[in-house]
This record gives sequence, structure tokens and C-alpha cells, in this order.
Amino acid sequence: MKFAFSVAKRFLGYNKGQTIMIMVGIAIGVSVQIFIGLLITGLQESLIDKTVGSTPHITITQENDMSFYDFELDNESFTAVAYQVDGPAFAISDSGDASVLLRGLSEDGDKLYKLSNKLVEGEMPSIKNDVIVGLGLKKKLNINVNDVLTLRTISNQTVDVRVVGVVDLKVESINNSWVLSTLSTAQSLFEIDDEITSIAIQVKDVFLADTLAEEVKANLPISDLVVVNWKEQNEDLLSGLNGQSISSIMIQVFVLVSVVLGIASVLAITVLQKSKQIGILKAMGIPDNTASLIFLFQGLILGVYGAILGVLFGLGLILSFTSFARNPDGSALIPINFDIMFILFSGSIAILSALVASFIPAARSKKLSPIEVIRNG
Amino acid sequence: MDNIVELKNIKKIYGEKVKTQVLFDLNLAIEKGSFNSIIGQSGSGKSTLLNILGTLDRPSDGEIIINGVNTKSMSANQLAKLRNETLGFIFQFHYLLPEFTALENVLMPYRIMGKKIDSHVLNRANELIDLVGLSKVKNNLATQMSGGQQQRTAIARSLMNNPSIILADEPTGNLDSDTTEQIYDLMRKINKKYNTTFIIITHDQHVAEKTDRIIEIKDGRIIMDVRRNND
Repeated sequence: MKFAFSVAKRFLGYNKGQTIMIMVGIAIGVSVQIFIGLLITGLQESLIDKTVGSTPHITITQENDMSFYDFELDNESFTAVAYQVDGPAFAISDSGDASVLLRGLSEDGDKLYKLSNKLVEGEMPSIKNDVIVGLGLKKKLNINVNDVLTLRTISNQTVDVRVVGVVDLKVESINNSWVLSTLSTAQSLFEIDDEITSIAIQVKDVFLADTLAEEVKANLPISDLVVVNWKEQNEDLLSGLNGQSISSIMIQVFVLVSVVLGIASVLAITVLQKSKQIGILKAMGIPDNTASLIFLFQGLILGVYGAILGVLFGLGLILSFTSFARNPDGSALIPINFDIMFILFSGSIAILSALVASFIPAARSKKLSPIEVIRNG
Repeated sequence: MDNIVELKNIKKIYGEKVKTQVLFDLNLAIEKGSFNSIIGQSGSGKSTLLNILGTLDRPSDGEIIINGVNTKSMSANQLAKLRNETLGFIFQFHYLLPEFTALENVLMPYRIMGKKIDSHVLNRANELIDLVGLSKVKNNLATQMSGGQQQRTAIARSLMNNPSIILADEPTGNLDSDTTEQIYDLMRKINKKYNTTFIIITHDQHVAEKTDRIIEIKDGRIIMDVRRNND
């Protein structure tokens, strides 16, 4: 073993240029794999975060849009459970009026819709009859923080509310129509006492939303409730993401195949180059297995150094990409998650494929008869 | 005297479809500690004979007994071990490993045995290098030495594991006459000093004439076998 390893090392060291070429070849393969893998994963994560990061993943409503009594939902996979009361209303200010949607939210609502982050003015509503409004609505009604607004329902109930903040919800139609309050404000305006109209849930792993929704459905304390999850509502996005994952895997597989073929063909040539040496070593008495071990070790050494070099290249590529591709505000265009497991996986795959690629030359070396070399000079 | 190598009815046929017989029922016994030469024209089968003697090639029929052991039923790995421990090879084209220095080449057969190199072994390798007069270039790569130096390194290497037999295939074939003389004297010295058996293939009449026994091969048969007493 040790002998084969030291011969392998010496053979590689003797043909430095060639050795470096193969290592760089492996390294480029590994770096492309790491770069594409991390980029696509980052892209998908940011896309998912943008799409469903601040919306409910699972929503529970009543069949006929009626209100219902709230109930506890306990699950470790839930990150936010917001009880909501929604209803249409008419908002009247000194300088205008508009039809709005009033949404009363329990505490988790802020966390779920990330409202605090979206506040452009003022603060979150904390007491009854405090509200925040969308940015568009503010302009439409020409109101400011601390102004008073009158809300009127279809059944002609009215309440005066104080505007304590303005939020930018990033979607124009929502910005133009949403008024957000605490749960009790909406409950008393719509005269539904302690009841609610929907429950919005966010979960840790968004891709498990459908199975979690099934669990919720199976354990509902009230009948007539409808449970929907974001996956049902975003099939196009999901199939897009799926296509992206598959094409990313395809690219990685083809890179891998070309790396394996490259190493195999170069190592196959080195067996020819070294056949004289293998022949003479066999004449001096190395067993056939040792002769093949020399080439397996060469594959292993090339794979290990190529992988290390490739991981460094790949990280360098990703780092330079993230430092050049930036949003106007300076944040990364595509936030990259440096998934250590994926990086290690790519490296190990390269080592493994270098080893597999060296099987053919190893088998050739094993079969080589010393007499061929000695007879042919 | 004991025989160290015995060949019994050795036949060698090359080719599957077109068969060419190179050796015909060859019988030969080599005595321990003797200094032998094999001569013959090219194509006579002398190299094939040497390769069969060295277990590098297997005969189509017949038996080879080395040190009293029949090699007929030995596996490739057993033969490799036998070669490593009891046979030393010197080839016309030197066949050093160019990736290693002279000293490392000399140590190679010992490392192949799988044993650790200690100071005792290193001393022996250095002694052998001294013996062949290469102390000054022992750390040179094989490619940085002259033909004669390479051949002397190969001789030192063939002695490393203290083999009982050294097989040499035209060891001075591409060396000038002065170097040829030196190499011959060296082999003779080793023969005397360690009682190592030598079987040397040669074209060189002068070299052949200085050996104890000349075996001439023609068309795959021994046509002459002369023993001389040099003393």
C-alpha cells in the first residue's frame, strides 16, 4: 500500500505539467458544480421567500365566508398563527372616500406579513381603534399619521379610527385598499363578538405546507371549514422551480461526466507512458494488485487535490458574483446560502469520480505483462 | 556442485493461428555460483530462454526448477515474490525508473518486499553503489546519468535483495568497449564475492570467452555447451 502510494506520488510529481492540468480540469468541474448549485439554490430560496415569505402558507376559512370561533393550533412546524377578521368597509376622510378592506389581526399577524418591516411611517396599531393604512390609500384619502378616519360597513355601522402608521405592501391594489387593525377593532365593527373569519399559518419548511395542511384538516374542531395551502394556489411557480432544479442537476451531471471522462482518458494515457516502469516493477516482483493500486492512488491524489482546488475556485466564483451582482441598495441580488453539506458533497463526488475514472487504467496496469515491455524495449 | 536452475523439456510456441516454435525441448542445468554466457544469433531464442528462466514468460511446455522449487504451478503473485527474492535482472536498455534517483532505484527491490528501510539497509545500498563506483551520482535521477552509469546502477539494483541468480540480457549491448570491460569485471567481482550465479546473454565474443561456460543456441536448440576452467 505505502509503496504503491509513494510510487503514485512520484509518478505524478515527475510529470508536473500534466498533473497540474488534470487537477485544474477536476477543479473547474467542481467549481462549476458548486457555483451553479449554490446559485440555483440561492435563486430559488430568494424566489420562494419573495413569493410566499410574507404570505400565509396555510389558510383556514369557513365554507360560506361566515365567521367562526377561534381555536388553538399547536404544531412545532408552525412559525406564525394569525387569527384574522376581514370585511369590506367604506373609509371617509376630510378630503375623500374609498372602499377598503379592513383586516383585524392577532399578534402573530405582524410576524406573518412582516408589517413592522414594511412600515414607512408611524408605528403598529396596539390598541382598539388604531389602524395602519396602505401607502396608496394614504395618498388617495390625503391623510397623515394621527389623522382620524371614519369606517362604515355595509350594515351601516360606523367607527372613528386613528391612523397610527403607513405601510408599503409592494402591491398597488393592496396598497390602495388595505386598512389593518387589531382583532378587536374589526370584531366590534363587523359585530361578530369573539369570532374570526380566517386563520393564516406560516410554516418552517414551505414545501411541507401541503402535508401540514392535511394534518390541520384532519384535526379541525369545527366542520364546514376549508383548508388551502400555498402550493395549491401556486402550481405554475412550483413547476417553474421544479424545471429549474432539474436543469441545474442536468448541468451538474454533464459537468461530472465530462470530468470523469477527462480523468479516465488522461490516466489511460499515463498507463501507456508508464508501461515501461510498470513492466520493470513487475519484473522486480511487485504483485499485480500493487501495480493497479499505483493508478488508483494517482486517481485518488488527483481527485483530492482537484476537489480542494475546485472548492476554493467555486467559493471564489460565488463570492465575486455576490460582490458584483448587487441591488441598488447594496444587498446581494441573489442571497447565497453557503451550504457546507452541498460543498462537501460536490468535493466528495469529484474524489469518487476520479477514483472510478482510475479503475480502467488500474485494470490495464494489472494486466500488463513485464515480458511485453522487455521484449519490445 | 548443486544445480540452482534446471530446465526440463522446455518448449515455447508463439502465436495462436500461425504457430512459431521458438524453443525445442530444451534441457539445461546451471550450477550454483557459476558464471555462464548464452550466445547465439538474433532470433535464435536466447532472449526467450532467459525470460523463461526469469519466470517473466511461461513456457508452452516443460518445467523450470529454481532453487529446487518447481515453478510450474505457481501463481503470478508467487512468481513475483520469487523474482523479487531470488532473481536479479540486468537488461540491455537499463530500465531504471526515471522518476527515481540512483539510490532509490537500487533500494527499489527491497521496498517491493514491503520491508521498512532502516540504516542497515541504507548502508547496504550505499555499499552496492560504492561497489559499482557511483557514490558521486547516487542522488541523480536516472535520466541524469550516462549509459554506463545507468547500467552500473541496474547492476547494483539487481544485487539489492542478495539474489542467488542474476540474469543479464546483453548488459553491455549498447556500451563502448572500455565500459563493457568495466561492467564485465564488476560482474565477475560480484560472482566471486557473493557466489552469485550469473547467466549472461551476449553478442560480445570477448565477454563470452571470459565466462566459465558458453552455451550456444541456434534455432531454438542448444548446439554447443562448453565449460572452461579459468583458474
